[in-house]
Amino acid sequence: MNKKTHQDSALGFLNNPQHRAIIYQIMALLLVFFLAYYFTNNMFDNVEKRGINTGFSFLDNVAGFGISQTLIAYSDSTSTYYDVFIVGILNTLLVAVIGIILASVLGLLIGIGRLSKNYLISRLSLVYIELFRNIPILLQILFWYNVVLAALPSPRQSFNYWDAIFLNNRGLLLPEPLFEAGSSAILIAFILAIISVFFLSKWAKKRHILTGEEFPLIKVSLAILVISPVLVYFMSGQPIGAEYPVLKGFNFKGGLAIIPELLALVFALSIYTATYIAEAVRAGIESVPSGQKEAAKSLGLKEHVILSKVVLPQALRVIIPPVINQYLNLVKNSSLATAIGYPEIVTLFSGTTLNQVGQAIEIILMTMAVYLTFSLVISMVLNWVNSKMEIKGR
Amino acid sequence: MAVYTIKKAEKAPLASKGVLLWLRVNLFSDVTNSLFTLLGCYFIYLIVPPLINWMIIDATWSGTKEEIINDGARWIFIFEKFDQFIYGFYPEALHWRPNLAALISIFFILSMNFISNLKIKIGLILVYPIISFVLISGGFGLEIIPTEKWGGLMLTILVAAVGIIVSFPIGIVLALGRQSKMPIVRTLCIAFIEFIRGVPLITILFMASVILPLFFHDGIEFDKLLRALIGITLFQAAYIAEVVRGGLQAIPRGQYEAADSLGLSYWQGMILIILPQALKISIPNLVGSFISLFKDTTLVLIIGLFDVLAMVSLTNSDTNWLGFEVEGYVFVTMIYWVFCFSMSQYSKSIERKYNTEH
Repeated sequence: MNKKTHQDSALGFLNNPQHRAIIYQIMALLLVFFLAYYFTNNMFDNVEKRGINTGFSFLDNVAGFGISQTLIAYSDSTSTYYDVFIVGILNTLLVAVIGIILASVLGLLIGIGRLSKNYLISRLSLVYIELFRNIPILLQILFWYNVVLAALPSPRQSFNYWDAIFLNNRGLLLPEPLFEAGSSAILIAFILAIISVFFLSKWAKKRHILTGEEFPLIKVSLAILVISPVLVYFMSGQPIGAEYPVLKGFNFKGGLAIIPELLALVFALSIYTATYIAEAVRAGIESVPSGQKEAAKSLGLKEHVILSKVVLPQALRVIIPPVINQYLNLVKNSSLATAIGYPEIVTLFSGTTLNQVGQAIEIILMTMAVYLTFSLVISMVLNWVNSKMEIKGR
Repeated sequence: MAVYTIKKAEKAPLASKGVLLWLRVNLFSDVTNSLFTLLGCYFIYLIVPPLINWMIIDATWSGTKEEIINDGARWIFIFEKFDQFIYGFYPEALHWRPNLAALISIFFILSMNFISNLKIKIGLILVYPIISFVLISGGFGLEIIPTEKWGGLMLTILVAAVGIIVSFPIGIVLALGRQSKMPIVRTLCIAFIEFIRGVPLITILFMASVILPLFFHDGIEFDKLLRALIGITLFQAAYIAEVVRGGLQAIPRGQYEAADSLGLSYWQGMILIILPQALKISIPNLVGSFISLFKDTTLVLIIGLFDVLAMVSLTNSDTNWLGFEVEGYVFVTMIYWVFCFSMSQYSKSIERKYNTEH
């Protein structure tokens, strides 16, 4: 009786946690809607007052500025802002891919060095890690660009390596491969080699499960992957040549020129990220209990079998997730290229394009959307890897 | 007939004790190991002597610019521009004000360890930022210094401190929201956190400096520094939220249930039972996140604030002192390194202190 009256009163209604949860949520939603309404309202007012256009039609306009490094065809006079956007994304991806490869190699080496039985090597690795990860990445980028690369000699006095590679303050010059008729055969041979290795590995695994016999898969696959393109290269009459950079007047002509901004960025990003990867590698290998190694040893397994069949499979489970996170960080840190003017998405789009067009909201949202897509893709990869590596069975 | 004679005890061979043993075990245990050691020595030989030469022996420590004869570091540049590196364009006669603020900050942090009364503590936490802000910016009879004149290490520390202090409560609320049972609140928090974590800080700073002013009426003006602070705080809050969430998830369910069964309200339970434990576990990660923030404050130079890193190029634009970038960068590197390294050592010591179970 008493309970019923209590329920009926307004206070009783509010005392029910479920009701209160609904009220809180409605309040939160109203607040968000109000803020969104207030902000967009002001935004449209301000944009109108300042005479800024809205919408994405500016993407079809001709950009009209030069870009120092383009991976697709780009011309100052005809390419549109949409082309600029694509050029920026591709340049970001270029830095990301090179940086990730270098950082992984360096990080792996340093991480293994950290665990080395050699006191000197492990100390040196520790010094490397503690030195570079406590210096802001932007400072490192600026240091490489403004101090190290700026101190390189002019093109006439460039460092010359075997008359093929030149390093000067305008960048790094490499011989550019020239693909003549028939080089596609080499590509086809390579693809065929990859496919055959794929089926070979399947067959080897099946045979291993059925009979327990080991197949030297890595050696055989490497041999297939290397030998078949090389064989086709010589059979089709060596269709790949190289164009060497040549000094003409004050600058180099020909060859593959790598701009100093890219060099500085790749150096700084891979050195910085390698410290984190090294720590992840060390933590992963240390996470394997020493009993595992001792058990493998007492079974009479050889050193390299212990590493590849006992330690690494368990260590990789710990290593890979943080390393993939570091890859994402590297991609995000590549946005700092804007401080030295490397033409990636932030420099080109949130910098130059924004200054010319003035449509801040669209441009910055597009830039953010690019990075959000990268993050989403990388975290999807991470989830896939995690589910793949989950300890199965029990 | 064989006669047994007692052999005299011999000293252990030199190579199986002391320094030699250590060398043999750690540096020359086998051929590859020895090769690595030699390689390492060569590497040190390549790097360290020239560095010491440049930094100390060949360096110019005093005198004027015209007297430089050595080709080592010219530290006189740093001495000459020291004030600018630390205070930016803050008027020289008023340097005592940021100095006093720094002193108060140190006392504030120390007093937090000793004062146990919660009310006094909260009072101090509320009063301290106001005092420091008034000291640096002016008002109440002190000359007002516009934020354009703030710069150097002072600005770096200020941005980092504001970022840490303000983002902390926001981050905790976001973390609680993400763990909440209310679907709408949870979705909003997840969306905010994942959005911020998915984009680079520089785009958020651009957004804060370009788009934020568009969100408000024309009358409301935002200082450039304030815009950067808003951007950095929102960014840091999302990362703190993730760190705190990690701590919250590590608390056993029984603790939540115990709080409920004691009849504590949601906030009472959180503040008195869950958060103290969760935050304690997350301290190492929180410090790690603070270190990242301290390093990330360098990004404000891209939107036109003059932090200590920006001072390198700025001091080098003085026509009397051109071409001293190397010294500038090395000096600023040392500042950042000392700050970040000591913070990370502190975090490690805390980890050891709390890790008493095993």
